Amino acid sequence: MIEIENVSKRYDGRLVVDDVSLVIEPHKIVTIVGMSGSGKTTLLRMINRLVQRDSGCIRLDGTDNELIPGHLLRRSIGYAIQGDGLFPHRSVAENIATVPRLLGWDKQRIHARVTELLALFQLDPAVYAERFPHQLSGGQRQRVGVARALAAGPNVLLMDEPFGALDPIIRSKARDDLLAIHRAIGTTIVMVTHDMDEAVTLGDRIAVMDAGRLLQYASPAEIMANPANPFVETLVGSSERPFRMLSFGCVADIVEPGEAEGAPISLDASLRDALAELLWSGRSAIPVHDDNGMIVGQAKLKTVLNRAAKPV
Amino acid sequence: MSWITNLVRVAVLALLVLFLVWPELFEPMFAPLTRNGAPAIYTRQSLFTLAWHHLAIVAAATLAAGIVAVGMAILVTREAGAELLPFARSVVNIGQTFPPVAVLALAVPVFGFGTWPTLIALFLYALLPIFENTLTALTTLPRDVIEAARGAGMSGFQKLMQIELPLSVPLILAGVRIAVVISLATATIGSTVAASTLGEVIIAGLLSNNTAFVLQGGLVVAVMAVLLHDALMLMERRLARSIDNQTD
Repeated sequence: MIEIENVSKRYDGRLVVDDVSLVIEPHKIVTIVGMSGSGKTTLLRMINRLVQRDSGCIRLDGTDNELIPGHLLRRSIGYAIQGDGLFPHRSVAENIATVPRLLGWDKQRIHARVTELLALFQLDPAVYAERFPHQLSGGQRQRVGVARALAAGPNVLLMDEPFGALDPIIRSKARDDLLAIHRAIGTTIVMVTHDMDEAVTLGDRIAVMDAGRLLQYASPAEIMANPANPFVETLVGSSERPFRMLSFGCVADIVEPGEAEGAPISLDASLRDALAELLWSGRSAIPVHDDNGMIVGQAKLKTVLNRAAKPV
Repeated sequence: MSWITNLVRVAVLALLVLFLVWPELFEPMFAPLTRNGAPAIYTRQSLFTLAWHHLAIVAAATLAAGIVAVGMAILVTREAGAELLPFARSVVNIGQTFPPVAVLALAVPVFGFGTWPTLIALFLYALLPIFENTLTALTTLPRDVIEAARGAGMSGFQKLMQIELPLSVPLILAGVRIAVVISLATATIGSTVAASTLGEVIIAGLLSNNTAFVLQGGLVVAVMAVLLHDALMLMERRLARSIDNQTD
């Protein structure tokens, strides 16, 4: 659990983070969304003290984060940034081993951990462990960057626009992978993004920031339905609202008994994908299959559409 | 292609060594440059010994300058030392703008004739290129890499030793290379204050109007400079390749 209480930060007398308070529950993904200069990155970096706060308090599992020296605190918190920041003179394995080495793990334990992480991130250890960052694609580098952040098994992972440098196609795959990994390991994730779509798809809760202030901190559905002020409403985008509502629901939420025609869709697919498939194939219902490929029911166009309406 | 250049390198080096240990072999080449039957080859002191002393003085001065210059560049790029940057800059700039001859003239009364005044002049002269290159290297490291090092929980010292310095090595070496080449040439004037360098041969030639001496002293220095420049360049390239910058 991360408790941020009345935290402020000034640069040259200008308030960049203005009296922000929020609580991040364990094992959740919280996205901090805002435009550049909104103070979102500064807020994130105050959690692992890359930036020193001026006032207020940040507690990690009840302990004030100023009680530990900064560099030791940062070894216990994962940190992944835009453009990956991999060390160009170190191999993939050495990059991932950074924090374990700082913590003084023995060689065998480090090797085992690196191998485990590479496998988790779908990079064959035999092929990639000894490669250097410049020999990887953008998507692979990004995955190694996240693997490095998770190497010592931190309870909290901070991510600063981690997908910002990726092509749109790889980006959506990277998001899906991150969700899968989050399901597998349950680390609390705090992610900064300027992309509302990303915030909605990934976040259990979204913190909207502007000019250093926290405007709204709520679930995606709540933010769509009741934006706290005109700024949040603009950010949400009134014409895209219904589709965003659909993008964080999944087919499993609306599956119902019955049979439908044509190609099926997975239980894990988002309602947005389901709608797209229904509209494109001109069907009024679509069969739904589970992870094993068994048909478990159907999703109706009408039900999907109801989910796009403003919640009451 | 590369085996031809390697062959040329080895051949030039072999020729240099042969000339230094057995200069008499080359007498016919230098004889036409002498007048009135003056000796064509400098024999008052072994050329090999002079070349060896010459190299040793350059190496000592560059090593000392390297340690001081890299140390200063590290200091002024730390948060605590940032205020010292203008001061460090002026120190190395004075070292560079002060003519080596003047340094020799000022150093002789203090240290006497011999090697020390030359060492000091070369040391001061070598500070600037190494300092400026190290400074450039340390201040232009990719920001996200440094951020990642801090974010991973490296202490300032760990960040410096594990990330910043290894990534700066190619540029630092380039500074050392420039310093070495300048020093090799400048060291010749050390012989005016009795340092044992190849300048001795050149000065003897100038005093006795013997072009052969001037030429052989100059040639040995020039060939050593070219060979060292080449060797350091190779080292830089190899290191740069193993470190490699991130490219797409």
